Amino acid sequence: MRTWLLIAVLAIGTVLMKTIGPVLAGGRQPPAPLTRVIALVAPAVISALIVTGTFTQGQQLIIDARTAGVGVGAVALWFRVPAVLAMLLAAIVCAVLRFAA
Amino acid sequence: MPLALPIAAVGMSFGLLAGPLLGAIPSILMSAVVWSGTAQFGALSILASGGGTALAASAGLLANTRFLPMGFALAPSMTGGPLRRLLKGALLADASFVIGHRGGGRFDISAVAWAAPVQYVTWVGGTVVGVAGATVIGDPARWGLDVLFPVFYLSLLIPDLFPEHIQAGERRTRRQADRAGGGRGSTASRDLRPILVAILAAAITLALTPIAPPGVPVLVAAAAALIGLRAPRTSVAQPGGDVA
Repeated sequence: MRTWLLIAVLAIGTVLMKTIGPVLAGGRQPPAPLTRVIALVAPAVISALIVTGTFTQGQQLIIDARTAGVGVGAVALWFRVPAVLAMLLAAIVCAVLRFAA
Repeated sequence: MPLALPIAAVGMSFGLLAGPLLGAIPSILMSAVVWSGTAQFGALSILASGGGTALAASAGLLANTRFLPMGFALAPSMTGGPLRRLLKGALLADASFVIGHRGGGRFDISAVAWAAPVQYVTWVGGTVVGVAGATVIGDPARWGLDVLFPVFYLSLLIPDLFPEHIQAGERRTRRQADRAGGGRGSTASRDLRPILVAILAAAITLALTPIAPPGVPVLVAAAAALIGLRAPRTSVAQPGGDVA
C-alpha cells in the first residue's frame, strides 16, 4: 500500500514539475531569487544522496568496499568514461573487494 | 539512437535494485508512470537506507526540481493552448532537453516530443529486464550493485558542478540538461555556487546522519540551495547567454 502511494506521489509530482512552466508560460518567469534557489536544489539533494550512498549505513558513518567502488566510479567519470561504464566498473570493484573480505 | 543504450542500462540497474525492495510489479509500474531515473533512484536509496515512504517521496521529488527551470526554459518555444502545452511539458526528459536545444534559449519542441517515446520504451524495457535479472542474482549488494546509486548520481552531479570540464569532452551526455536548465538566465561566466551548495549539502548530511532518522539528513541538506537567495556576485543576467 505504501509502495503504491509512493509511486503515485512521485508520478504526480514529477509531471507537475515538468508541466507548471509550459502551462503558466508565455515567456513569464518566476521571480529571479526563486529561480536561483530552484536551480540549486538538485545539486544539493543529489550531493546529499551521494554522501548517503557512499559513507552511511543506517545511522552509522562507514568506509568500506562500497566507498572504494564509488571512488573508482568518480575517477572514471572525471575522465569522461560514459556513466554506464563507470557504474559497471564501480560495481565490479565493490563486488571483488566484498568477495575478498 | 545513441541514447537508447545508456537509458536501458540505467533502467536495468534500477530494476535490479528495486526488484528485491519493492517487488517486480511495483518496480516496473514505477518506471512506467514516474519515468524519471533521478526521482526513482532517490526514493529507492532512501528506502534502502531505512527511511520511510514520506521521506523517500520527498527526496525523489526534490531531486527532480530541476524540471521546474527546464519547463520554464521550454515554455517560450511552445505554441498552442494550455492543454497542448501541458501534454508537451509532460514529454520532457533530461535527454530530450539537450536534444531539442537549438541555442540562444530556443528549443525545437517537436524534437523534444519525438525523443520521448524512445526514451520511455527503453527506460521501462530496461527496468523489466533488471527486475527479471534480480530474481536470478538475489541480493544486489553481493554483486556490488548498491554502488550504482551513488555513481549514477555522480554522473548527474559532475557536469552540474564542472560544466567546462565536461564540455571540453563529448557533448552527448544527457546530464547537460541539468546544467542548461539550471544555468538558464544566470551568468555566462563561471558560477561557483553549485559547488559550494554541493559541499555544504554533503557536510550537512555527514553531520546529521548519526543523530537524525534515515532519510532526514538528505531533506535538511536541500536547504543548502537557499544560498541562491543571494544574487550571484558576477554580473547581470544575460538572456540566452548561457547555452550549451
